[in-house]
Amino acid sequence: MSLTLSDEQRALQETAADFLAAHTNARKEADADAELWSRIVELGWAAVQVPEDFDGLGLGAVELALLMEEMGRRLARTPFLANVVLAQTALLQVGTAEAQQGALAALAYGERTATLILGPGLDAEPASLSVKARRDGEGWVLAGEAAQVLDDGLLTHAYVAARIEEAPGVALFELAADAAGLTRTPLDVFDLTRPQARWTFADVRVGAEARVDDPARVLAGLARTRVLAALQLAAEQVGGAAQCLQLAVDYTKERVQFGKPVASFQAVKHRVAEMMVCMETARSTVRGVAARVAQGVQGNGLDEAALAAEVAAARVQATEAYRYCAQEAIQLHGGVGFTWEYDPQLHFKRAHWASQWFGPTRDWREALAAHLLDAA
Amino acid sequence: MSMNEQEFRQEVAGWMATHLTGRFACLKHRGGPGDEEAYPALRKEWEQELAAGGWVGLGWPKAHGGRDLPLALQLAFHEEYVRAGGPGRIGHIGETLMAPTLIALGTPAQQARFLPGIREGHEYWAQGYSEPGAGSDLAAITTRCWQDEDGRWRLQGQKVWTSLAHESDWVFVIARSTPGSVGREGLSFLLVPLDQPGVDIHPIRQMTGEAEFNSVFFDGAVTEADCIIGKPGEGWKVAMALLGFERGVSTLGQQMHFIHELKLVVDVARGNGAARDPAIRQRIADAWVGLQGLRYNGLRMLEEDTGSTTVRPEALIYKYAWSNWHRELGQLAMDVIGVAGDVRSHDDAVRRLQQVFFFSRADTIYAGTNEIQLNIIAERGLGMPRA
Ligand SMILES: Cc1cc2nc3c(=O)[nH]c(=O)nc-3n(C[C@H](O)[C@H](O)[C@H](O)COP(=O)(O)OP(=O)(O)OC[C@H]3O[C@@H](n4cnc5c(N)ncnc54)[C@H](O)[C@@H]3O)c2cc1C
Repeated sequence: MSLTLSDEQRALQETAADFLAAHTNARKEADADAELWSRIVELGWAAVQVPEDFDGLGLGAVELALLMEEMGRRLARTPFLANVVLAQTALLQVGTAEAQQGALAALAYGERTATLILGPGLDAEPASLSVKARRDGEGWVLAGEAAQVLDDGLLTHAYVAARIEEAPGVALFELAADAAGLTRTPLDVFDLTRPQARWTFADVRVGAEARVDDPARVLAGLARTRVLAALQLAAEQVGGAAQCLQLAVDYTKERVQFGKPVASFQAVKHRVAEMMVCMETARSTVRGVAARVAQGVQGNGLDEAALAAEVAAARVQATEAYRYCAQEAIQLHGGVGFTWEYDPQLHFKRAHWASQWFGPTRDWREALAAHLLDAA
Repeated sequence: MSMNEQEFRQEVAGWMATHLTGRFACLKHRGGPGDEEAYPALRKEWEQELAAGGWVGLGWPKAHGGRDLPLALQLAFHEEYVRAGGPGRIGHIGETLMAPTLIALGTPAQQARFLPGIREGHEYWAQGYSEPGAGSDLAAITTRCWQDEDGRWRLQGQKVWTSLAHESDWVFVIARSTPGSVGREGLSFLLVPLDQPGVDIHPIRQMTGEAEFNSVFFDGAVTEADCIIGKPGEGWKVAMALLGFERGVSTLGQQMHFIHELKLVVDVARGNGAARDPAIRQRIADAWVGLQGLRYNGLRMLEEDTGSTTVRPEALIYKYAWSNWHRELGQLAMDVIGVAGDVRSHDDAVRRLQQVFFFSRADTIYAGTNEIQLNIIAERGLGMPRA
């Protein structure tokens, strides 16, 4: 395993950094940035983790994490998380070969844009799923409500994990975002860069082919999807934290009080140094775990418990780093840090969003504690 | 040399199993910071045993009697060594600080004179940087040195906090060779024998109760004319180069100790029921999380192109990160142990954790205090202006 980026990986990272710096506008007050999304698709980023057999680029967790880090830095408002990190990953982890054949390329090249619906905050526990499916002749009927879905208005499809009566108790359905009986109500969210909607399923009828999971893999596969996606979210959090640090450093170097830049006061220096310590530590862990995941894919696969533990480490560090860096970025900007105009508030809201979705850190820690302490 | 890592690990483990036995058995998991008073004489014999086995100077060039092993194998050695309970290395200042400095900056004669003693475990070294008036502000040192007519160097002054000086044969010293100079100018880097009338070593008792460091007084102490690394006046440069070696592979070896210590905490918690306390569970998880951060950060640090001149953030933050993690682990360990922690334990595991609790207070002081580390990170890593 190596943490050193290859030349190709470095090039991807640089392109992403330059492109997003030039083309992202986190403050545009519309649901989605359709133009940014279509350019991202043109650049091939949505095809990164799709295997070559499905016409994808066949790269892996490391490349995806580099992209997520840059997108987190710029708060890019696109369906990348929903479509690539969630929907594609779910399809790769639990989809039948037929379903993968039918949809992966479409998700990779913009013909389709999908989200993934699990339990609240993307909980993958079967008991947390709020949509139920029952058989209806050859097909199925979906009923229930998903209170908060990642939905920025650009979606064409969704993959919905629903509870079913028969074993294994959960199935994954593919449906159009404008299916009859489905109501999408946009929510009034604080983090405007991550739009959400409430999805109400009033007996949504789908055909038999809409069920896309392999029942033998659906439970473990959805759990793994959540873990792999949490690692990518951690990469995004690191990018956000890095940007908060950058904003704080740049601002304090410019701002003069008591006749000198406030950056020269030791209390300020120590604060930014602490930000750098937690952000860089999280970055090391995210890169390292992503490299292990990539190696696992090439080799025999990383054991589930070990994977979950490693991702927990990345997730906890990245969450704490982003929260801390966002909070301190506001503080070190003084009054302007409290305004709508300046960027720290955008990160503060994103950092909070990210700390709750995919489960709070106390749950990841408790899972780790169980792994470390309760084993026979 | 093409050596398979798996075979190499087996070789180390096999060697340890057959050598860390008999009279050396009592050394298992002993020694190291906070436990340096454990069997110092026997630990020196152990260094010689290691040397005879070919386990000292693994990364040194072959020309200097090393084995020139790649990083991965050096790491593998450290891991297997700690796994087998290998004792704290009493020769580490020589092997990991003095030797690389000699190899990088010493003359061939100096290399021939000093490297074999370090490698074979016959000569031990101490580090004479700090003084009563020069701690964080190291460039404030006032110990003087000058040359007699025959060229021999003489020293006058005092060093302090000199770890293991009482167990050492030599000390490397930075001293002021240009009278009236201030700061980083006018310093020289000298190698000084400790066993001589002009040197007086006074142990200082630490908060742990042990005396692992000392005051070292030089009163006209002497060393040979060629016992200087670099030229007179270049002492600061040499001293800093030496500190650069502090972040070598041995740092990752240290992580194996951390893993072992966390495992001890887990064992104690499972044994006494603390493992059921939700707050303790969160903290143990956090300790493990922190350890992964150190591990991946350490790997990133060692892997990155060492020739690159750009600032390497992971290297800048490492000392601050590990020392604070370790200090926190010590606190966690004692919270897990509970009331019994206040009594000096004879249980090996608990005793080790008690040492971690107390000794880790020093981790955030030596090799650059927390505050100095944060200054360095801010100024070098982020370009924050000096006051
Ligand atoms: C266990 C142990 C072993 C040691 N072994 C050795 C050894 O073998 N050889 C050797 O040469 N030295 C050794 N040292 C000495 C060590 O390097 C010094 O203790 C250290 O550099 C700090 O110096 P000081 O003790 O004089 O503290 P001071 O520099 O006096 O610091 C006191 C406090 O002031 C803070 N401070 C100082 N300057 C600043 C600043 N600019 N900004 C903000 N805060 C500041 C410090 O962070 C600290 O909190 C050892 C120390 C310990 C504890």
